[in-house]
Amino acid sequence: MSEYVRNVKLTSLTLFGFSVLGAVLLAGTYNMTRPSIEKSERDAKIKLIAQVLPVGSYDSDLVKSARTLPADPLLGLKKPGEYYPATLAGKTSAVVLEAIAPDGYDGAISLLVGIDPNGQLTGVRVTAHSETPGLGDYIDIAKSRWIHVFDGKSLDNPKPDDWKVKKDGGTFDYMTGATISPRAVVKAVKHALDYFAQHKAELLAQEVDHGQ
Amino acid sequence: MASETRDIIINGLWKQNPGVVQILGMCPTLAVSTSLVNGLSLGLATAVVMALSNTAAALVSRLVPPAVRIPIYILIIATLVTMVDLLMHAYLLQLYLVLGIYIPLIVVNCIVLARVEAYASKHGTFYSFMDGLMMGLGLSLVLAALGGMREIFGKGLLLSGIDLALGPAANAYVIHVLPNYQGLLLAILPPGAFIGLGLLIAARNRIEEVRAIPKRANTLQPQQAT
Repeated sequence: MSEYVRNVKLTSLTLFGFSVLGAVLLAGTYNMTRPSIEKSERDAKIKLIAQVLPVGSYDSDLVKSARTLPADPLLGLKKPGEYYPATLAGKTSAVVLEAIAPDGYDGAISLLVGIDPNGQLTGVRVTAHSETPGLGDYIDIAKSRWIHVFDGKSLDNPKPDDWKVKKDGGTFDYMTGATISPRAVVKAVKHALDYFAQHKAELLAQEVDHGQ
Repeated sequence: MASETRDIIINGLWKQNPGVVQILGMCPTLAVSTSLVNGLSLGLATAVVMALSNTAAALVSRLVPPAVRIPIYILIIATLVTMVDLLMHAYLLQLYLVLGIYIPLIVVNCIVLARVEAYASKHGTFYSFMDGLMMGLGLSLVLAALGGMREIFGKGLLLSGIDLALGPAANAYVIHVLPNYQGLLLAILPPGAFIGLGLLIAARNRIEEVRAIPKRANTLQPQQAT
């Protein structure tokens, strides 16, 4: 019996020892790599946001000036997101909004929508999606240049009724066989512009506060 | 000594190939092998982790009580994978951007645990390292072949996505195998992975069959002569 107890003790102590060793190794590695990882994640985010803004249109730190965007059905956000005001020489040159198209072919499509103070789109990018590879994934800049159809568009251009893919009688191109993904993106971008139009004052005004 | 190393290499790459003979670790194999670059990337990341986990397991095998060996091996593998993930993210960012999404998948790949349990727990450190590396490379070969097949039949391309590994200039390396190809969605979607793997297994079995024939022919020949 005593041997049995000793065996159990030894076994549990060994397992415990390995767990502690594993935890120590992980904690050490995590602490050692954290600053470097945080920096690269920040750089990646800046790069992503910068893609929807014209080169040289801002001189502010986009990530530092990030502000909370309240959850709003118009933006498809179920929980608060973020928006990034961009300024050039202290004047707001554009706002980048997070938005989600909830009705992609395979779940939600996350977007970044860049809008200048006149309500014109400076650019749109898909940041996360799970559309069918090789079919619906051309909404991703990594796969095709389709997303550039939004550059320079606004609520008046095209007219609100034409904010649809061509198949639905609108003006936006799509690729044969995959209408659902671009339809969802077009709708979400239109909604983001609507949101901007409704909240223009606060989206741009907060930035003035920030400048002071 | 040398012959044992040779056996390990042959076992990993051909005789006991994890992809087409042992058929272990199918979840990441089938999910990620949509292109040659993807398949090869996951394969190589797995090979590194397998070499490390086999080495670590061989080093501590004397200390591990048999009753709890599986939890300890899983602990070792999970710790190693997470460390590799963090270190790559911090110091090899370019590589991480390509392989990063696959690394967590390696923990659930049962081939890693299988080699630790079946080989590393019973052999020396060096052989265990070699076994992990070669089994990983064997899996890489299968993943690369499967990825290449699915890419060619699915998109008519080869090496697409290589710019993620070597920078935008590498886009020039993308080969348009079938120009003006409409694409075959079946090959890209999961069924394509099963069909492709089936074809690879069949091809390997066929090669083994053909290789076995000359030997039989030789033994038969004297009889025919008489």
